Amino acid sequence: MRQLPDLEIAPGALSPLARQQYLWRIRLGLIQRNSSEFLRELRKHPLALLSGVVIVVYILAAILAEQITAHDPGRGNLRLRLDPPAWQAEGSWEYPLGTDAQGRDLLTRIIYGARVSLAVGLLSVGVSVVIGLVLGALAGYFRGRLDSLVSRFADLLLAFPFLIFAIGVMAFLGPGFTNLILALTFKGWVEFYRLVRGEMLSEKTQEYVEAARVTGQSHSAIIVQEILPNIINSVFVLATLRIGYMIIMEASLSFLGLGIPPRIPAWGSMVSAGRDYMLVAWWVSTFPGLAIVILVLAINLFGEGLRDILDPRLKVDG
Amino acid sequence: MRAVKILERILATIPIVFGVAIVVFFFIRLTPGDPVDIMMGQGGAISEGEIERLRQEFHLDEPLHVQLWLFLRDAVRGDLGYSYVLKRPVTTLIAERLPATIELALGALILSLVIALPIGIVSAVRQNSSLDRLSMAGAFLGISMPAFWLGIILILLFSVRLKLLPVQGRLSFDANLQEMTGFFVLDSLLTGNRVALLSSLKHLILPSITLGAPVAAVIARVLRSSMLETLRSDYVTLARSKGAPEWSVVMKHALRNALIPTVTVVGLQVGILLGGNMIVETVFSWPGLGSMVVSAIFDRDFPLIQGSVMIYAFTFVMANLIVDVLYTYLNPKISL
Repeated sequence: MRQLPDLEIAPGALSPLARQQYLWRIRLGLIQRNSSEFLRELRKHPLALLSGVVIVVYILAAILAEQITAHDPGRGNLRLRLDPPAWQAEGSWEYPLGTDAQGRDLLTRIIYGARVSLAVGLLSVGVSVVIGLVLGALAGYFRGRLDSLVSRFADLLLAFPFLIFAIGVMAFLGPGFTNLILALTFKGWVEFYRLVRGEMLSEKTQEYVEAARVTGQSHSAIIVQEILPNIINSVFVLATLRIGYMIIMEASLSFLGLGIPPRIPAWGSMVSAGRDYMLVAWWVSTFPGLAIVILVLAINLFGEGLRDILDPRLKVDG
Repeated sequence: MRAVKILERILATIPIVFGVAIVVFFFIRLTPGDPVDIMMGQGGAISEGEIERLRQEFHLDEPLHVQLWLFLRDAVRGDLGYSYVLKRPVTTLIAERLPATIELALGALILSLVIALPIGIVSAVRQNSSLDRLSMAGAFLGISMPAFWLGIILILLFSVRLKLLPVQGRLSFDANLQEMTGFFVLDSLLTGNRVALLSSLKHLILPSITLGAPVAAVIARVLRSSMLETLRSDYVTLARSKGAPEWSVVMKHALRNALIPTVTVVGLQVGILLGGNMIVETVFSWPGLGSMVVSAIFDRDFPLIQGSVMIYAFTFVMANLIVDVLYTYLNPKISL
């Protein structure tokens, strides 16, 4: 156990304002210490670090797509249909990964496709976390009718395999970005709910919660200030791992033609479009799929690293 | 005592099954517009009288709770509605397609067990060896790869480039198989048709790998970590110190106990098998339930989609039930 650095000794009676200032100084100090410790730990996980870099590259590419590539993702040159990648005999560095059936630059479309994947991954997990966290905290802390009602509903949603459920919902709602987020979060929150509720149930019996209650803190203060900081790491780890899963879900739905409408470049629909030219142009399907694999692999490796650092209890091979 | 517990578990499934049916019932009401228009799809020209007749047939003139009751009553009787695109009852259509889907799922499950069991065991016994690292990297790749892409890469490699395996379908045209059960491998064995047997097995390989890869990855990881745990336990140390041969320590003492958590995980993978099913059947044009649902989606054949989603969910619920029951037999210490 490293010795605790110079946090101030608690002052005696203070004005409410000074008390808040004191508390925030301590909180900021803790955050600073935790984050520098986290970065130190991360260096011991080279794979997770590398994955983090890969993820940052994807995010930058998605944001700066217009600046990175000179081509238009939507407009093709029909004279350049199905041009092979640059290193093959007829390829050119103008189109490093070749072109698709409409003569559009594949690399450009992959870069733009990162926008859809990252946006869907982050947004669907983000909304799921918020719903799961709020419902899970309330159900786990207060129990009662809310708990049994929400838990029954969660059990019901668990009776559907995720992809089947998403396909079912999308089949009736129709393709589109909002519908996609809706379909994915409709079931996505359940895992976060179960995690938070379970942690809440076990944390509630801890002594520090008892102590907080004795000092007269309100329920909401106990939930938000006392318990949540102790379980937020597990939520964060699960969220990271779920982003990769949601990206695969989105790609699978787009592959089936149920995700993002075809005019917006998305990796899943690009792989699907390439199927028709498999015999003559292997690259059209291969590269967008490779973009998914690399990103999801990076997210999963990063998530596992995070878990080892933030939540050692969950480590698989102890 | 155990029988009571199992019965309780089975009874607890019933409300879930009804809940699933209710969720599916509300699916079609998610769709904007009049259900009759939706059900008729782009078919267009039908007369007013016919619309009225349909409205009555689907009980759309009744209040919602009556509609729900009638829907559930029909579902219990095995009537899942009528496909207006294929002009046949949904139950019949599903029953026709089911053998192909089950055959593929079994192929994937068997293949993934054959791959994952030895890998999981060897990785645990030789922890941190290069073999362990390589297989765990492979397992990681297995869960990070979308099934549709893996399928396409396998086709590109083994069908297009190496020309070893067929691209799609279940059987080559020259195999004259007399269908009996709908399971082509079984049918060709029953009729002694060697050409068909070889052909159907060849057609099964790539789709089974594609569907089974993530399952194999998960099983290998879980088996490895639970083997690591049992290999460190006291009874294994005791067995070793008594001079039991190493293979018996690994295969008998460690593996048997490590299999308990693995079985649970295998059960949960049924969800992956079912979900991946639509994707893999689409990629390989496998004539099963999944590819039928996907084309039903594009035909806007809602009764068929509804019925199939329900069948998928039921299968999943039943698989979980079976695993739970199996679990009590494997580990008598654990009650349901």
